[in-house]
Amino acid sequence: MISAWPSPDGGEEYALALVEGRPHRLLVLPALFDEANKLRHFTVETMRALDAAGIDAVLPDLPGCNESLAPLETQTLASWRAATADAAAHFEATHVLSIRGGALCEPTGIPALRYAPATGSAILRGMLRARVLASKEAGLAEDREQLLEHGRRNGLELAGYRLGAALVGELETAEPSGGAALVNIGQGDIGGAGLWLRAEPDHSPEQAEALAAAVAKALA
Amino acid sequence: MSGEAMAFEQFDATDLVMREVLRDVLGLSQDRVAAFTPETGLFGHLPELDSMAVAGRLTEVEDRLGIVIEDDEVDGEMLETYGALLSFARAKLGED
Repeated sequence: MISAWPSPDGGEEYALALVEGRPHRLLVLPALFDEANKLRHFTVETMRALDAAGIDAVLPDLPGCNESLAPLETQTLASWRAATADAAAHFEATHVLSIRGGALCEPTGIPALRYAPATGSAILRGMLRARVLASKEAGLAEDREQLLEHGRRNGLELAGYRLGAALVGELETAEPSGGAALVNIGQGDIGGAGLWLRAEPDHSPEQAEALAAAVAKALA
Repeated sequence: MSGEAMAFEQFDATDLVMREVLRDVLGLSQDRVAAFTPETGLFGHLPELDSMAVAGRLTEVEDRLGIVIEDDEVDGEMLETYGALLSFARAKLGED
């Protein structure tokens, strides 16, 4: 069901909450940027499978993402971590389940389960590469280092996402932020190819079931 | 299952990792990637790929093989067949 939670800038953000007051409540941190779209169906289906297994889950919008009215270009990993801490407190989360780059936004002090965590460097590298490839196709030669230089000073638009200068700098070295993970769930544990690698948003019911089962097992 | 395992046993480390990466980035079965030959067509023959898709997959290849792929090295030739991509990776790893 649709829920709202107060974000640090004084506004409200949307959350999908499958909550029934059960003992385990996961704050699900979504994948970032283009991966968010590709993995949303999968993420929500994983939550439905967890619901069937008796586990609460909440999927908040990070400020600047999905339905949020906050501008993306003013967001930083630091601001997202503050937001996820607020969301965790608001929803009384017992654990965090981060999906891919969501791991870079984990709050501290809450046990984290990580699915296929991505480093900021890999995320940034993929988006920069896409931009250089697309520009080359359009007959414009761009240089990755020059783009990064520009991005660190002025921000950068990549894959349609307007990243602020601070966020670009943070992504270059960002690692999962919630401390040592309770469990890391790799794609190999789920089976099949990671849905973030597809060209278009896609879904795999088997992968969602497998991820939910791995999470339930870790929480047991 | 044992047939698949035997097929994969024949490949050296770099070849094996490359087949596994392609299995994952292309969403193919173990059997299909085991059957790749140097002439098997790759990215030039997959109409749905755009720059975002190619980029994500190349990043995965980089991370899994421990190599760096410069933007000016990415061209149609290197991506056209399995043999070309594997040769490219071997050259990067000093195996040629």
